[in-house]
Amino acid sequence: MHLANYLGYLHQSESDLAEAFRKVGEAHAQEVDVYHITHTLAKQCETHAEKLKPFADRYGEEKPEEPEQLYHELFDQTRSGSLGLLRDMQDLYLMASACDISWTMIGQAAQGLRDRELLEVVNSCENETANQMKWIRTRMKEAAPQTLIVAS
Amino acid sequence: MTDRIANPWGERTPFGQGEDWPVRVDQFLEDGVSEEEVDRWVQTASILHSNGDALDIAVKDGRIVGVRGRGEDRVNKGRLGPKDLFGWQANNSEDRLTRPLVRKDGELVEASWDEAMDLIVERSKELLEEKGPLAFGFYTTGQLFLEEYYTMGVFGKAGLGTPHMDGNTRLCTATAAVALEETFGTDGQPGSYADVDHADTICLYGHNVAETQTVLWMRMLDRLEGPNPPKLIVVDPRPTAPAQRADVHLKVKNGTNLALMNALLHELITNGWYDEEYVNANTIGFEDLEQTVMEYPPETAAEICGVDAEEIREAARLIGNAERLLSTALQGFYQSHQATASSCQINHIHLLRGMIGKPGCGILQMNGQPTAQNTRETGANGDLPGFRNWDNEEHVQQLADLWNVDRMTIPHWAPPTHAMQIWRYAEQGSINFLWVSCTNPAVSLPDLPRIRQILQNEGLFLVVQDIFLTETARYADVVLPAATWGEKTGTFTNTDRTVHISEKAVDPPGEAKPDLEILLDYARRMDFRDKDDQPLIKWDDPESTFEAWKECSRGRPCDYTGITYDRLRGGSGIQWPCNDEHPEGTERLYREADFNTQTWNCERYGIDLITGGMNSEMEHKAMNPAGRAIILPAGYLPPHEPPGGEYPFRYINGRTVYHFHTRTKTARAPQLQNAAPDAWVEISPTDAESLSIEEGDMVRVESPRGYMEAKARISGIREGVVFAPFHYGYFDTPEGDSPNGQSPRAANELTITDWDPVSKQPLFKVGAARVTKVADNDGTPAPAPTTTASAPASGGSVSETVGGDEAEVKETVGKQEEGEKGLIDRAKDALTGREE
Repeated sequence: MHLANYLGYLHQSESDLAEAFRKVGEAHAQEVDVYHITHTLAKQCETHAEKLKPFADRYGEEKPEEPEQLYHELFDQTRSGSLGLLRDMQDLYLMASACDISWTMIGQAAQGLRDRELLEVVNSCENETANQMKWIRTRMKEAAPQTLIVAS
Repeated sequence: MTDRIANPWGERTPFGQGEDWPVRVDQFLEDGVSEEEVDRWVQTASILHSNGDALDIAVKDGRIVGVRGRGEDRVNKGRLGPKDLFGWQANNSEDRLTRPLVRKDGELVEASWDEAMDLIVERSKELLEEKGPLAFGFYTTGQLFLEEYYTMGVFGKAGLGTPHMDGNTRLCTATAAVALEETFGTDGQPGSYADVDHADTICLYGHNVAETQTVLWMRMLDRLEGPNPPKLIVVDPRPTAPAQRADVHLKVKNGTNLALMNALLHELITNGWYDEEYVNANTIGFEDLEQTVMEYPPETAAEICGVDAEEIREAARLIGNAERLLSTALQGFYQSHQATASSCQINHIHLLRGMIGKPGCGILQMNGQPTAQNTRETGANGDLPGFRNWDNEEHVQQLADLWNVDRMTIPHWAPPTHAMQIWRYAEQGSINFLWVSCTNPAVSLPDLPRIRQILQNEGLFLVVQDIFLTETARYADVVLPAATWGEKTGTFTNTDRTVHISEKAVDPPGEAKPDLEILLDYARRMDFRDKDDQPLIKWDDPESTFEAWKECSRGRPCDYTGITYDRLRGGSGIQWPCNDEHPEGTERLYREADFNTQTWNCERYGIDLITGGMNSEMEHKAMNPAGRAIILPAGYLPPHEPPGGEYPFRYINGRTVYHFHTRTKTARAPQLQNAAPDAWVEISPTDAESLSIEEGDMVRVESPRGYMEAKARISGIREGVVFAPFHYGYFDTPEGDSPNGQSPRAANELTITDWDPVSKQPLFKVGAARVTKVADNDGTPAPAPTTTASAPASGGSVSETVGGDEAEVKETVGKQEEGEKGLIDRAKDALTGREE
């Protein structure tokens, strides 16, 4: 059964996303909305990771083999300036999508296993992940023209 | 005669539930002028708050000499507040701006209109060529007229093509708009002021109505003193006048509103105090709400909010058993943590109780400023005109057709830029042209040291259009002298959708021009064109602008097509929508639970209450509200800057009854200025004792951003909370534009740059601060009024605030013939007016 792999992967992804949200927030603290919302979302991600733990135990967490490199590479270093913000946010978006699709996969498995508890966790978390992506997208759309056309 | 400084609300005219509110006509004339000597009375409404009180200006020898309330108007039935009674004197001030000013060698010097406008146009064209429209920003107000906003909105969007236009309404009313949009699909107040007459329970959420809308409070007071008075519930950390009269006063810690609201909803649901049939038929999202609020039993909220769980239960019991429930909200909710999320819960309470659109069952998500509603309607703030949705191609096409421009000209890739972001772009240097009209950000925005920096940015060309040399104007490259209320004609709309006309009574001083003329002049000089190479702006005076706006509003929820200037003259104001279907206007919206949430109709597709992330059209369609109201719950989060450590106090700023905004006008009305001549800081007796602070001691309130100093008033404010009025800047100090090394007194020296994720309204009501004593008192108390929330906790040595002979106002109760006589007078006046 490969579910443990996915649980482990998502657990790691959510923890990494939490860290990335914080780093981006700190790096762009002068964008005060970004600063505050990233910190709120970081806590959300940590809660998600927390909620996954018992299931990782239940299904035997195994260290995933490759996918974590994906996001670790994205956030070696945050960038600065308004273009830097856009690019950092783009990385966040990709990391959040990785979580999003993983919630979907785990939700499918939970249904197949008839694991109501896990399904409940998936239901409560995947909406928040979707909203995280929605926010990143909204914020990027707003910033893009100013950044790409007139910012120095 | 009543001293309306000592008694801001005047004499009582009690009335019972369902009865007509008696007429009481308030009149104040300049010393030495009698009623008979007045040449003419000119119709208008109040411009110093959002209530929209109708009044007539008394003119003698071409000067304004006084005011009188309009007994026949639905809003105020003749009553006026202290600011309206005395504030007009500012019009006659010696130090009005009378000529344009331009900056030469670092100094502002007088110039001709041509010279000033040429400079602006030259810089505009240069910048358009060099960087394009995104380098332009407009920061406007909630105090211009509808016609002025609409004109600015059109040339901004379809002429220049910039999305960077917003009002200081962002600071006052943005949350009201978004909360209404989130729940009901579009902006627009469901209720009516007349709901006060019918309500059996009134809830004031963070709304110190006694000081912000004095006449609305008079209406409530008259109910409270009549037969079968309504129950009153007040949520406020300060001992406001309404709180003193309340059956339940929830003196919450500021920043915790959402926890309280969730607990109230918890009680309504667990006790079955809701209308299941209404909820099922007319809303979506109830299950989510139920799930969310179940985590907020009164004990949990009591812990977070710092109030007694029994008080929450009692408030919920009153709300749950009300048959006619009226709720109002203002800055205590709008400028606080989780502003939109908290304000939406007020809407939910009414949805749960099925109490919308019926007499006495109103929601008033209040505005702060007199014409804020029009900023929102006409698209001079972060929305498209006519409550259109920037993300709806069909809506944008309607505007493109109306204005005869290519749809691509109108920026609609994202919502119009909100004010705080406009200032951020100016700070970063990507906005290089900023036109500030009729507002004073150098005193009113958060974190003033930062704002002053931005205003001085080398690469920023700053245009300021105002009637006085404000703190902000002193930083300008070009200052344009404007005419004000009483000196120009236009219309505006109050909180409860009542449209009034405001006629020109006298000429503006010197070369000052009506704002509309200034804006039209800019559009002409910029030569903005439509698709057929015709001038983009096809109107040239207030009435033709109004007619153009009517077309823009046609078919939208704020439909003005049934209103004309002539219909607004004489009689009462008219509530929109007013069209063929509703020729007399509309007192209450959503009587049939006919909400505007259809995907084709709504103003937004929905915004996440925690992050501000926006739904797409597809997501909205999938949600399929289809005319049902949308219930959107949210969990409480701790505030961003919790008190503790070095900064143990919760700091809030706000208004007093005697002043408006940065006192540009009210400081120049002696009765108002004398009633509250300087800044103060309110602190609770317990906190004062622990810091060894006595009444009148000089204290410093400080945050990581900056500090202010003022005398301490020991008041009945909640422990752990300090309050300062935000009205006081520097224009009437020797320093002029900033503290310049002297002791700063502006409340916004220390406020945080932070805003609600949904409405983008800055958070003036939640931030951490420390308080220290700077000097012992000199034997005089703090200059804070004793008549209001700033009253001393114990009378002691503080003398009462009075106005004396200069503040005596004539109040005439309930004479119908007076009203009729007024009508005849006004008919005559209108004729005289036209002959001029």
